[in-house]
Amino acid sequence: MTDDSGVLRAPLVIEYPFSRTTGPVIGAFLTGLREQILLGIKDGTGRVIVPPTEYDSGTGEELGELVQVGPSGVVDTWAWVRHPMPKHPLQVPFAWALVRPDGADVGFLQPVDAGSIDAMTTGMRVKPRWAAEREGSIHDLECWEPDR
Amino acid sequence: MADITLPAALQGVELVRSVRTPARLEYTYTAGVATTRFLNGLAEGKILGERAPGGKVYVPSRGADPQLGVPTTESVDLPHVGTLVSFCVVNVAFYGQGMEIPYTSGLILLDGSDLPLMHLIQECPVEDVHIGLRVEAVWVDEADLGPTLESIRYFRPNGEPDGVVTQPGAGVTW
Repeated sequence: MTDDSGVLRAPLVIEYPFSRTTGPVIGAFLTGLREQILLGIKDGTGRVIVPPTEYDSGTGEELGELVQVGPSGVVDTWAWVRHPMPKHPLQVPFAWALVRPDGADVGFLQPVDAGSIDAMTTGMRVKPRWAAEREGSIHDLECWEPDR
Repeated sequence: MADITLPAALQGVELVRSVRTPARLEYTYTAGVATTRFLNGLAEGKILGERAPGGKVYVPSRGADPQLGVPTTESVDLPHVGTLVSFCVVNVAFYGQGMEIPYTSGLILLDGSDLPLMHLIQECPVEDVHIGLRVEAVWVDEADLGPTLESIRYFRPNGEPDGVVTQPGAGVTW
């Protein structure tokens, strides 16, 4: 293709095919997503952290007790996205929300497909929407939707 | 490492050990006026260089002499033969390669030019490729010519006696 002055232009795509190892804890979390199970991990004080971390954020102690949480959860806080960008998980207006699954003590950032900003409230109940084809990735958990 | 205990629902299933995390960058490349002249030449089966006031002929030209900082002034229709001044035999496969290994890419100093072009060297066993080899361009069919360096499929030995290369990479303007 050319621009108005006849100068040539062409698409140029650069892609690096990185893969990374997950370690035992994130690996277990992603395995859970593939099996439609949400996992957290107990820290030194007994709090349940989602997604699970390998180390206690307060003491640095290694953690290993994975526990099942959810499947539903609650929205702790949220922000509405009116104009999704191409790389956003949803191509319709949606909320970025801190979703705290039942049984967990912290929330994690997740997309919520509520249809409209008017359907969003802090404290609302949400349930996960799983991808039809799951491969053990964060995208296996497509988004959350209102749990009425 | 701490012992990992899994909930009952996940015991016995195959654990995820790695994830794919490709990094992708999408650009629109704008060739600029000088490179556009070069690419449009290729679409007509020509290799066009440009001569700078100091006498040097650059191909592809960026429109200016990098040593003098002045515009190139004259288009030069270069011959399709040259001398191999440096080369690399590729023995390692990599993502997106599209070539059967081993293969050779080389810097070819076209006769009458002062800047070598990088292209493939084919129709020659990799062990016979050497600096000084005389080569000629092999073009795609006329109907397939386009404004791309892929209009030249590769360069191959043309049978002439070796050219004189005083130093590897001769003609490269640093």
